[in-house]
Amino acid sequence: MELLSDLFVALFTDYTLRTVALGSAVLGLVSGALGTYAVLRGQSLIGDAISHAALPGIALAFLLTGSRMTLVLLLGALAAGWVATLCIMQVSSSRRVTYDTALGLALSVFFGVGLMLLTYLQQTAGAQQAGLDTFLFGQAATLVTEDVWTMAGMGGAGLLGMALFWKEFKLLSFDPAFGRSLGLPIRALDVLLTTLLVVAIVIGLQTVGVVLMSAMLIAPAAAARQWTDSLGVMVGLAVLFGILAGVSGALISSVVPRLPTGPTIVLSVSAIVVISLFLAPRRGLVWRWMRERRSTRQHPALRMVGEEGR
Amino acid sequence: MTITQIEIQLVAVVVAAACALPGVYLVLRGFAMMSDAISHAILPGIVVAFFLVGNLNSPLLILGAALTGLLTVVLVEMLTATRLVKEDAAIGLVFPALFSVGVILIARYAGDVHLDLDAVLLGELAFAPFNRLEVGGVDLGPQGLYAMGAVGLVNLAFILVFYKELKLATFDAALASSLGFMPVLLHYLLMGLVSVTAVAAFDAVGAILVVALIVGPPASARLLTDRLSMTLLLSVVLGVACAISGYWLAHALDASIAGSMATMVGVCFAACYLFAPRHGWLALRRLEHRRRFVFARKVLAIHLLQHEGTPEADRECRADHLQEHLSWSPSFSRTVVQQARQRELIHQHNGRLWLTPKGRALAQKSVVDV
Repeated sequence: MELLSDLFVALFTDYTLRTVALGSAVLGLVSGALGTYAVLRGQSLIGDAISHAALPGIALAFLLTGSRMTLVLLLGALAAGWVATLCIMQVSSSRRVTYDTALGLALSVFFGVGLMLLTYLQQTAGAQQAGLDTFLFGQAATLVTEDVWTMAGMGGAGLLGMALFWKEFKLLSFDPAFGRSLGLPIRALDVLLTTLLVVAIVIGLQTVGVVLMSAMLIAPAAAARQWTDSLGVMVGLAVLFGILAGVSGALISSVVPRLPTGPTIVLSVSAIVVISLFLAPRRGLVWRWMRERRSTRQHPALRMVGEEGR
Repeated sequence: MTITQIEIQLVAVVVAAACALPGVYLVLRGFAMMSDAISHAILPGIVVAFFLVGNLNSPLLILGAALTGLLTVVLVEMLTATRLVKEDAAIGLVFPALFSVGVILIARYAGDVHLDLDAVLLGELAFAPFNRLEVGGVDLGPQGLYAMGAVGLVNLAFILVFYKELKLATFDAALASSLGFMPVLLHYLLMGLVSVTAVAAFDAVGAILVVALIVGPPASARLLTDRLSMTLLLSVVLGVACAISGYWLAHALDASIAGSMATMVGVCFAACYLFAPRHGWLALRRLEHRRRFVFARKVLAIHLLQHEGTPEADRECRADHLQEHLSWSPSFSRTVVQQARQRELIHQHNGRLWLTPKGRALAQKSVVDV
């Protein structure tokens, strides 16, 4: 108990912990909200592809400006992620290339180009490769207040876009054909929504890194989906779960020595998913088992038909 | 070329070929992202096996990693089977969690051991010749070459032996299972092979290039051919070409070999996507363009037939009227009329368009077809 209260005090007094927790909370908030759409639209893995694809943007931003400012690097990442998104959309509209293939290609090729650029830079400009590790695995401890402001600014813009086009995005996610028949510019909306997703992904890179960013996008939304059938409630819950996982991951990793923040956040959010899958009312596995037991008790004949008979 | 350069390229070629073979089936089945998931999720398997044996070069590491790869597949299938999350979400939930476990294990228990995260993800092909296979003091060449060669041969043997079964399971899983070919078992065998391939290859080229080599060449080959056997062959050829050209690109820029090879995979795919003879972007645009004019000529002929011999024929059957009636642009109308004249479907007389017998036949036939 004392540990908890100490932690609570430290959350407001300890600069590093406060910054990391705030950054993680912002990340959880934005990725929870926008990830909802990715999960609903069957584009869960786009986070994985875009976060990898951001690497050449970071390398080029550094090459062109020589700056190491978070904002500059993130804008580079944003640009590359956006180009990758357009490539994925264009390539997967072909009948010969499926969506998952386009994702895998964009992920590995963009990342490869970035890796080539970075190693090339290292040779010629004498630039340190520093930053690549941070980028790959996240380095929440290096977050400073300025970074959190940058994240909050970009994330805020993303959320604002989502709020402005709430109705349109809802239609796009659930019935794009109907949307088109109403005269909505479905393709433009698709590009816009995916652009907002890119924003959410890019602001998480510094905290959790490339590999784990996809989990931050999917997990809060997948957990939230179990508790509700309403889009509004689902976004709210995903935001809540995202913040909860971000802050608790930051706190746990600050207490336990040698526990990296990014993976801890991901394991926290995975725990929330597992709990939701089992316990969420109506949809949850526990409820399903109870329902099945009740129905076999009431209708013993069902036991003979078993699984297939239902 | 020095011996080292030749050896690096040999390893790269073998890796590319070994990855392309199972890659074809992953791409055809819509499981391309599984290669990414597996190549990341094997991390905790490597770490745990490393703790058990305490040796980074032990084959048990490959076994441990391959088992985690299979575990990934099983967990994804189990999650999907609950119908609570979609398959892509399941993949995206499972592998980051496993990867996190791996990173945490390394951070907490292997801080001072040489188990480098960068090496796992990025690989360093340039080091491949440093690990030598020696038997009785005789140097037989780079270890990676033999490991990848063995994996490649196993992949090839698997595909040759189960060619028909894999084909059926890939294109019609329901028929395969009703005929008793056990597509589920084949699926797991294939995923097991992908795991083993990813593990053996990551050492040389890193997890990301493994994805490039598994997905890229088959995706490119699929744009070039419709036949499965040709897809397999072309994938291997393209993969090998990307590996060698990537090596020389890296050599020229003095940059990462894995990164340059992935870049070449991208170049190769872009070329196929744009210029493939039948399924390429350009070919499709050209086809669309041609069809548009074929259709327009038929419409023109039908339009003329419709008004032939009627009182309003004088007004309707004029080149400048098409704009209004068919809402064609002036230049489009001109082109269509000109093409129709060249093909002797119509002739122009006193500013009016007249159907030739050939044009009339086309119009009558087209109306019946429609």
